[in-house]
Amino acid sequence: MYVSVQNEFFDFSAEIKNFSENLNNIGALVTFTGIVRGQKSKTLDHMFIEHYPGMTETQIRLIVEDTFKRWKIFDALVIHRYGKLEPGEQIMMVATAAEHRKEAFEAAEYLMDYLKSRAPFWKKEVLKGEENWVEASSADEAALDRWR
Amino acid sequence: MIDLIYFSWIRERIGKSSESIETRAATVIELIEELKEKDVRYSEVFSDLGSFRVAINQELSNFDASIIEAKEIAFFPPMTGG
Repeated sequence: MYVSVQNEFFDFSAEIKNFSENLNNIGALVTFTGIVRGQKSKTLDHMFIEHYPGMTETQIRLIVEDTFKRWKIFDALVIHRYGKLEPGEQIMMVATAAEHRKEAFEAAEYLMDYLKSRAPFWKKEVLKGEENWVEASSADEAALDRWR
Repeated sequence: MIDLIYFSWIRERIGKSSESIETRAATVIELIEELKEKDVRYSEVFSDLGSFRVAINQELSNFDASIIEAKEIAFFPPMTGG
């Protein structure tokens, strides 16, 4: 398991290489990267992500442990950034490695669904000097029903 | 003493990110009622129980949970990670 909550930019190709090079017998590697939208449409000046230091790391680890219990995966990675992020920048990434793609895909989706609604991050969007906290969507909460 | 921590718009509307308080409240909901009496900012922020969440000692909890063992209680809106 690799979990990192960080302000710094990350290089996803380097992260995937590090993550996968020590794994044996993997048949499937799924990765997802979340990116700040609005680089061309100018619908956003920047995004600001606040989090709960301490609880964030613990909560992500619990989510990853649950993922391990539910699917036969070899390893999982979660990187999530906080602070000021510009359009086009990566916000976060997950990676899962398994013997078969079904486990790897489902485990990655499960991780994403839970990170969205159960990891203590709060996004604020800034446009033309106006700040707005992003509201949690009922669809995100409903997505968790699929796994119950 | 219990540390209260606020995030996102709750932090902004209360006007501070944390405070230490003495309380006789036994549960989260009792604490919320106590805070609401303290100042109009709290009563506005905590008026709708559906609009925010609570964590006791960094663990997601319910409003009827006991705070007898609590060292740190955080209030925040539904999370928007990912």
